[in-house]
Amino acid sequence: MAVAVTVQATTAERQQLRRRRGRRRALVILAFMSPWVIGFLWFYVYPMFATLYFSFTKYDGIRLSPRWVGLFNYQHLFTQDPLFWKSLANTVWIVAIGTPLQIVFALSVAWALTRPKRGQGIYRTLYFLPTMVPAVAAALSFIYLLSSNGPVNSILRLLHLPTPLWFLDPAWSKPGLVLLGMWGVGEAIVIFLAALLDVPTHLYEAADIEGASAWQKFRNITIPMISPVIFFSTVIGVIYGFQYFTEAYVVGLGTGGAGANAGGLGSPNQSTLFYTIQLYHQGFEEFHLGYASAMAWVLFVIVMVCTLALIRSSNRWVYYQGGFR
Amino acid sequence: MSVASDVSGRPADAAALLAGRRVPPSAAKRRRRLIAVGNHALAITFAVMFVAPFVFVVLTSLMTQHQALSRDLWPHPFQWSNYRTIFNDAPIVRYAWNTVVYAGLGSLGVVLSSVPVAYALSRIRWRGRQAVFLIVIATMMLPAQVTIVPLYIIFARLGWLGSLKPLIVPAFFGDAFSIFLLRQFFMTIPEELIDAARVDGANEFQIMWNVVVKLAKPAIAAIALFEFLYAWNDFFGPLLYANNNQNIFTLSVGLQNFTTAHRAVLFNLQMAASIVFMLPVIILFLFAQKAFIQGITLTGVKG
Repeated sequence: MAVAVTVQATTAERQQLRRRRGRRRALVILAFMSPWVIGFLWFYVYPMFATLYFSFTKYDGIRLSPRWVGLFNYQHLFTQDPLFWKSLANTVWIVAIGTPLQIVFALSVAWALTRPKRGQGIYRTLYFLPTMVPAVAAALSFIYLLSSNGPVNSILRLLHLPTPLWFLDPAWSKPGLVLLGMWGVGEAIVIFLAALLDVPTHLYEAADIEGASAWQKFRNITIPMISPVIFFSTVIGVIYGFQYFTEAYVVGLGTGGAGANAGGLGSPNQSTLFYTIQLYHQGFEEFHLGYASAMAWVLFVIVMVCTLALIRSSNRWVYYQGGFR
Repeated sequence: MSVASDVSGRPADAAALLAGRRVPPSAAKRRRRLIAVGNHALAITFAVMFVAPFVFVVLTSLMTQHQALSRDLWPHPFQWSNYRTIFNDAPIVRYAWNTVVYAGLGSLGVVLSSVPVAYALSRIRWRGRQAVFLIVIATMMLPAQVTIVPLYIIFARLGWLGSLKPLIVPAFFGDAFSIFLLRQFFMTIPEELIDAARVDGANEFQIMWNVVVKLAKPAIAAIALFEFLYAWNDFFGPLLYANNNQNIFTLSVGLQNFTTAHRAVLFNLQMAASIVFMLPVIILFLFAQKAFIQGITLTGVKG
């Protein structure tokens, strides 16, 4: 009987010990996680919901406290703000045309990089160099490179090709920005190169035996095998495309002459007025913080819908080896 | 090019085989050499496209103001004094110092705060770990615009506008991309090493510090490098929080401001300033190329 009592006592003790150890373990984990937990609450959770709240208010930030206006900001945005639609159209242009062009270009360069047997390292370094150039410096460089008397037009003139005014012409300013983006696709090149070199060679050998052409091999082996990487680049490209800001801001303000021709946000003629630039203007130049918050949530919803649509479409064209996912 | 050699080369080879003679090695060799030449020609064409802008920018940075606006592509005379002029005309040293402070402390903060989080997400087992990791990933997808209005107000209330604090302090609270990259790397560390340390009575902090951090030096270097670059290139953050205080302008905001003040008239000085701005990171890249490329491949292929 005495033995039974001690056994009971020890199980209770052990349980208590285990509970105490479990609590200590939880504390240790919390300590390790604490920088992220605080940052997550401070920089993500609170601001997200605060933005949502502000989007239903009129608020200039410092002086007035937010005044509830219901759906007014959203209503104004959709029905009475032509610049909202203009900036959205410009942004969709850069996402729908710029991003795919950059991906196709990066893939072509990466493919060309797999061909030479020697010197790959040097080529890769040279292709990657422009990616290191800070966005502001790259934009400043391209303002000169694409200026009316600049080197690009000199080369075009030499080839008897038309010489557009690029950043001074509303029809050519966005293509100019796409060129600027293509100069810095090094990261995508490196990722595509790694993926291309990962495709098992026995697949190509088998196709050779069947007498497949180079295009057939590319279409039916290379593309499916690297489709996860193409998918990843597309998702990232779309998310960042909607947030396109720095280059367009620098180009818009940095081009044009003095006086009436002077550049400004979105210049020339609002052709480089992208969504985030309009948002920045509304929020931090006009201090329409409530209005800017509404714009931010609209952007968030658009990006979410596009990302989810891409993910939804992925099981039709993305091939995961071994049925992963 | 290779197609043409196919057409002309193959029947001859076949005929030679039929005749029972050895295929002349020179024909095959020549064909292979032609393909190699074609491959390199393509690779060199791309290389020229990527490098030419640098060449033009450097050349223009050495021109006179008048010449930089002309169609000339070669400086005549070489005006090396442009580089002195920009240091006199704009407080570039001040801008550079601010940029170094932002990038340096930012990298330090990201490393200090992201390592323990990545450790807890990869090497300690607990319920909900996977869910938290997914939330970390999700924060990377969130457009920055969704949070900037309240953050701006918070930093204004704290009296931090017009200082570098809104740029540096958040780095000390974990960076999702760095946590992700470190976690991927920590997962590859063999379990036996960690178990051995546990058997020896090491606590989690000791295991992280003595085992994991020691083995993960390349990954830690990569995230420090990425954060340094991010801060060096960052334009939106300094633009927003500098609040027109010139004393805390970073190179990106300072140079953009300088250019807008002299738009399209001082190409030579603008190009010189761009070179000064890009040179440090390009040198950094040439020295730390391996860490960069590995870091990018790690996130891109396994992500």
